[in-house]
Amino acid sequence: MLHEPANVVTGVDEAAAYKRRLGLWMLAVYGVLYLIFIIINVASPKTMGVIVVGGLNLAIIYGFALIVIAFILAIVYNWLCTRHEKSFETEGKA
Amino acid sequence: MGEVKPLAIVLFLVIVGLVLAISFYTARRARSASGYYAAGGRIHWGVNGIAFAGDYLSAASFLGICGMIATAGYDGFLYSIGYLAGWVVALFVVAEPMRRLGRYTFTDALDAKFNKRGLKLMAALATLIVSIFYLIPQMVGAGVLIEPLLGLPYWAGVVLVGAIVITIVATAGMTSTTYVQFIKGALLIVFTLIITVALCVRGLSTEPDQGGRVPFYEYKTITATQTAEGITPEDPAYQKVDQYDLKVKDKVTSFVKLEKDGVATWWKATVKDGTVTLHETQEVVIKADGSKWINGAPASKDNKLRLVGNLSKIAGKEDVETGAVNPFRFLALIGDPDTTVNLWKKAAFTHQGESVTVYYEAPVPGDTVTRPGQLFKLEGSAMDRVDFFSLMLALFFGTAALPHILIRYYTVPSQRAARKSTVVAIAAIGFFYILTLFLGLGAMTNATVNPADNNMSAPLLAQSFGTFLFAMISAIAFATVLGTVSGLIIAASGAVAHDLMDRFGGIIKNERQKVVAGRAAAFTVGALAILLGIAFHGVNVSFLVGLAFAVAASANLPCILMMLFWKRTTSKGMIASIIVGIIVSVGIILFSPTAWELYGLVPTDAPIPFKNPGIFSIPASFLTIIIVSLLTKRDMMDESKLHGAAQATAAPATTK
Repeated sequence: MLHEPANVVTGVDEAAAYKRRLGLWMLAVYGVLYLIFIIINVASPKTMGVIVVGGLNLAIIYGFALIVIAFILAIVYNWLCTRHEKSFETEGKA
Repeated sequence: MGEVKPLAIVLFLVIVGLVLAISFYTARRARSASGYYAAGGRIHWGVNGIAFAGDYLSAASFLGICGMIATAGYDGFLYSIGYLAGWVVALFVVAEPMRRLGRYTFTDALDAKFNKRGLKLMAALATLIVSIFYLIPQMVGAGVLIEPLLGLPYWAGVVLVGAIVITIVATAGMTSTTYVQFIKGALLIVFTLIITVALCVRGLSTEPDQGGRVPFYEYKTITATQTAEGITPEDPAYQKVDQYDLKVKDKVTSFVKLEKDGVATWWKATVKDGTVTLHETQEVVIKADGSKWINGAPASKDNKLRLVGNLSKIAGKEDVETGAVNPFRFLALIGDPDTTVNLWKKAAFTHQGESVTVYYEAPVPGDTVTRPGQLFKLEGSAMDRVDFFSLMLALFFGTAALPHILIRYYTVPSQRAARKSTVVAIAAIGFFYILTLFLGLGAMTNATVNPADNNMSAPLLAQSFGTFLFAMISAIAFATVLGTVSGLIIAASGAVAHDLMDRFGGIIKNERQKVVAGRAAAFTVGALAILLGIAFHGVNVSFLVGLAFAVAASANLPCILMMLFWKRTTSKGMIASIIVGIIVSVGIILFSPTAWELYGLVPTDAPIPFKNPGIFSIPASFLTIIIVSLLTKRDMMDESKLHGAAQATAAPATTK
């Protein structure tokens, strides 16, 4: 019977707590933006038709923004996590 | 969709040849269990990120969303937003713990802190249910796609796709699957961008003629008079043959059958300011003898429904061509309140033994297609709004719990690589989803929508730019099916061989047996997918993708989140949560208006008025895990103990 342990947790990830906290905060920020988007759609769909800039309405601007903000948050999250991980690595070497 | 194009066949064969070559070339890497199930954990994060896109952007995303936007405007784009938003949950919460805790399957990570057989069983079953629900629409899509592309019958298309995918998965497992998905993801994004650029360069026209390839067809209108006997055309060239008043709820729509030069067709009547007008339509009539007639003549290779969709006014101007426009201007012009978009609606009725389906123009102001409301009745009842909220919730929470997506985290060497590959995936998938709005609205305004089936809108739009783009997009659409189905089959085969046969059943003795079992499971699941694909021919199964998301969001995600963030979570709580998540989400769907329509019943008679179960099933699953965990004994292991256990197995370091 092979029945090996599934997990491959090896080495302590000292940045794990920081990354978890950061991830939850960023998820909360994005979740609120997403929730507001849904609430406007449900509560006042006509508001989504209001022209915001360059002939584009709120629906398009907000929709694109949700996609672009997801990418920006992802970049920031990755940068902060990597920086934190490297600081532990530097401490470890020292 | 036109006759079979030799170039399309050549490109199709090139794609198939390429994926099979990759499969055989990489086969030697799949001799170990790690090689077969997780590509040895050696995939570069950049490749994995694009492969994520190739895995995730299924036929439902590519063909379904573009088709939905082409017929319902912005409402289809809401799916794009929801599908992308789900990746945020994957990055911020799921990616790294999944990589740290799991080895080959989603079940590994879920069970890592418990090591309980019951949990392995339920998580594996949840994986199989989600994968099968997801597989069926992909296989049906494959058959539908192959018919016009290669001229093969539907069943042959399904068998062909099944056979190729089984070969991809069985020869080199996750390695070949990864590279197939990488190629497909990259091609899809590049060619979608090319079509978007071509659309903006072409600009908008009130008489789109597909770059001079297909003359614009102007639908006729004639005035009529209404008397007690019914509606009669004023033009003597047309003779009234019949009339049918279609009642839906309290609204009556009149269709009048007119004959001219021996050809009888149905026209739609409208009344405005006391003037009755008859509008030419398109129609499909199935006669009592079973013969199919289109627009008053027998259906044939040359007599098909005309492709539709155009603007009759652009920013208040008629008979205008804009020339090249920038992408923002393209959207702004379509969404202008003084633009008129000719959408197409459908009415079906049975009259004198004939089954009649009429497709008719429904002009709407431009600003109504660039905001929600065409598909989702957000200004309707409270139930409609709750249903919409429920859908968006399932899309948000479903992505991070799809087993065939989660297993991709095991193919990279470290947690950091898992995180980086998710960032690449968000960039690639987000960019693609932005482009879906252009493709959908482009099809809507370029007369490239088949009124009877909007799923082919993207390939048909590509066709309006010439044979090469059509052939390329069709071949990519086929590769789309291959990439996604490969991912689903490897997820399902992992659930059977690794989770059920090895870790639950304990009947696997060594690595070699595990690989053989995985290959056998891939054959079995692939064969099952072929049978299901053939069995569901002609059935509208697109809702199964939504159901797969709902089950994943209800059965899987609450367990993942609670296991990661609540130390009081117990294995029994997770098992109960999976069961409740599956039963509530599948149960609501089975009694929903969508299912009632599928059963051939009246949708409004369905006992449950909601189409999307997420708003009920997700909280129910969370509540179950909390209550049952509080009522049962703690059994979650501390992560430091897992660390010790893993050291004993001498697995490679994974924190970098």
